[in-house]
Amino acid sequence: MNRREFIKKNIYAGYLLYSGIRLSDNNVSSPVKNSKIVISNDDSVRIKDFRYNANILSSMLDKSMNNLFGTKSAVDAWKMVVNASDIVGLKVNCLSGKRMSTSVELVNAIISKLLKAGVKKRNIIIWDRMNIDLERAGFKINTKGSDVKCIGNDTAGFKNELAIYGEIGSLLSRTLTDYCSVVINLPVLKDHGIVGITLSLKNFFGAIHNPNKYHKKIGDPYIADLWLIPDIRNKTKLIICDALTAQYEGGPPYKPQWVWDFNGIIVGQDPVALDYVGWKIIEKKRKEKGIKSLKEVGREPNYINTAADINHGIGNNNPDRIEVINI
Amino acid sequence: MKTKITRREALKRSALLCSSLVLGNFNGFPNFQSGDYDDFKVEAKYYEKLPNKRIRCKLCPKECEIDDMERGFCGVKENIDGKYYTFVHSKPCTVHVDPIEKKPFSHFLPGTTALSIATVGCNMDCKYCQNWQISQLRPEQCQYYFIPPDEMVDISLKNKSPSIAHTYTEPVIFYEYMYDIGVEAKKKGIKNVMISNGYINPEPMRELCKYLDAVKIDLKAFTEEFYEDICVGELKSVLDTFELLKKEGIWFEIVYLVVPTLNDSKDEISQMSRWIMDKLGPDVPVHFSRFHPQYKLKNLPPTPLKTLELLRDTAMNEGLNYVYIGNVPGHEAENTFCPKCKNIVVERRGYLITSLKIKNGKCEYCGNKIPGVWS
Repeated sequence: MNRREFIKKNIYAGYLLYSGIRLSDNNVSSPVKNSKIVISNDDSVRIKDFRYNANILSSMLDKSMNNLFGTKSAVDAWKMVVNASDIVGLKVNCLSGKRMSTSVELVNAIISKLLKAGVKKRNIIIWDRMNIDLERAGFKINTKGSDVKCIGNDTAGFKNELAIYGEIGSLLSRTLTDYCSVVINLPVLKDHGIVGITLSLKNFFGAIHNPNKYHKKIGDPYIADLWLIPDIRNKTKLIICDALTAQYEGGPPYKPQWVWDFNGIIVGQDPVALDYVGWKIIEKKRKEKGIKSLKEVGREPNYINTAADINHGIGNNNPDRIEVINI
Repeated sequence: MKTKITRREALKRSALLCSSLVLGNFNGFPNFQSGDYDDFKVEAKYYEKLPNKRIRCKLCPKECEIDDMERGFCGVKENIDGKYYTFVHSKPCTVHVDPIEKKPFSHFLPGTTALSIATVGCNMDCKYCQNWQISQLRPEQCQYYFIPPDEMVDISLKNKSPSIAHTYTEPVIFYEYMYDIGVEAKKKGIKNVMISNGYINPEPMRELCKYLDAVKIDLKAFTEEFYEDICVGELKSVLDTFELLKKEGIWFEIVYLVVPTLNDSKDEISQMSRWIMDKLGPDVPVHFSRFHPQYKLKNLPPTPLKTLELLRDTAMNEGLNYVYIGNVPGHEAENTFCPKCKNIVVERRGYLITSLKIKNGKCEYCGNKIPGVWS
């Protein structure tokens, strides 16, 4: 290394150090990279009510992935998320029946992309809290054979050892800990009557045995603490938020008077940034509909900020560092 | 009631007790099952319907507001289309025959057994819970027996247990089951006792008192801070429950688990004792129990014996008459002393009664009345 290079590296290191200190003062984490969130909308995706066009969904997914990863081929983008040997868990959100859960069409579209990327069919697992939740949302339980698996935690079971991270003390789903090497997080864009919104951060309440204990204090810091669990943080490589039908009030159950056809998907790798963007979309809709903001009704999702703080460092909540791409 | 137990009787009781403890061996026991968690559900007794299919649970002071298809903090009840159902009625996950001393009760039918049952679930989340493997589960996460209330009473009769104890987890959350067992038990002369955290709203507690014979309440600490940080509960409501029990004339005892550095200050115990003296009177038995590291609180040591003894002395100096030390087998403070003549009126070794000197509710030595349920 010559003298010039040495000085250049020191200046850069000094800058990073300074940035880090400055950001810590604001209690915000300092991920080096900005976060990219891609929002893809297409009104023609909706055939009728809650049925969606598979070809258009496929195209929306391809465009989103290429934009997110800067690739020209969607297969290349998927290969940046999974290897052919991976066992891929698709963590859907199915607690609200067929109309306000991760849609079967979107999951099928994702499965076809994974297959093209070389993942074996038998190594794909659709999972959530209970079999009955999955069935209500339109998925078919399957635990055997060479086809895609679909299984609730009530069948897969939980680890015996408690995972204690921050304020969380829980048993973890074996699907998450023992079976999956990669998880794709598939939340739904919707309001939550206790914790404000339920998107990618909260979706992993479906991976623990006692989520009912962690809704108090508007989920703060519990939802953020959940992401301190290594199996959740390290295995989650991609988030695809189902925003085809979204809900801005009265969630998490389906309430027809408060849903709207967003006809989109929101894709990213940073759960904090994605939730921040989703939160703002919901707030905008609330304002448009003349109802109070989540802060005004006492449900502001501060756990998003907690997830971004120096103790968690899960992602970006600073809008200046979130690049939102609308396609 | 016999006043002295012979050596032969003591050995016989010990043998029976050991076999029931070790083997869980008793009559009329059904097979374990793990069916669909929602194959049998009963509508909850205390809740309020809200707009848009939401409900507010009115059973415990948490008063969870719950949306359709969701559950509250306890995890055992679900809002289904605007109606609130319990999934644990008739579905105990554990059933044992225990000595009543294990609950612990020191002034309630000493030397007898209680058919002791629990379902999964709790409305608190104490960081040191010793039964968290069942108290912190949801119905679908645990196998259970299907035992309707009348059958449970029959099992109690077959096993010659004069009481049924709702214990181990938190009976408040299986209120409907406990209540219905109480109704059936009363018909057949079996007593119904609740081992609880006392975190329940006044109305359901008052109604339940019609079918309860004794209550043991865990007073977790005497500060709101401890209740909030360590237990996710609230002291005020628990104190209200004590006052309600006193008013209703139900026999009750208090257990205070002494957690090193968190609730073991002499000042706190003085304050608590003064409150008990003022609101409940000097005759409420108080058991200071030894903590062992459990669940999420493994970084603290077991309670030093000296601390337990100091706190017992503190409570007695404030005027409480019956103060025990628990989880320390063989300690002198397991025994019941007559506060007047200071003689031992109930001598214990662990869960065994080795001598009983109470006749017609009075000390055999001096005739002083010893409060409790003795027959």
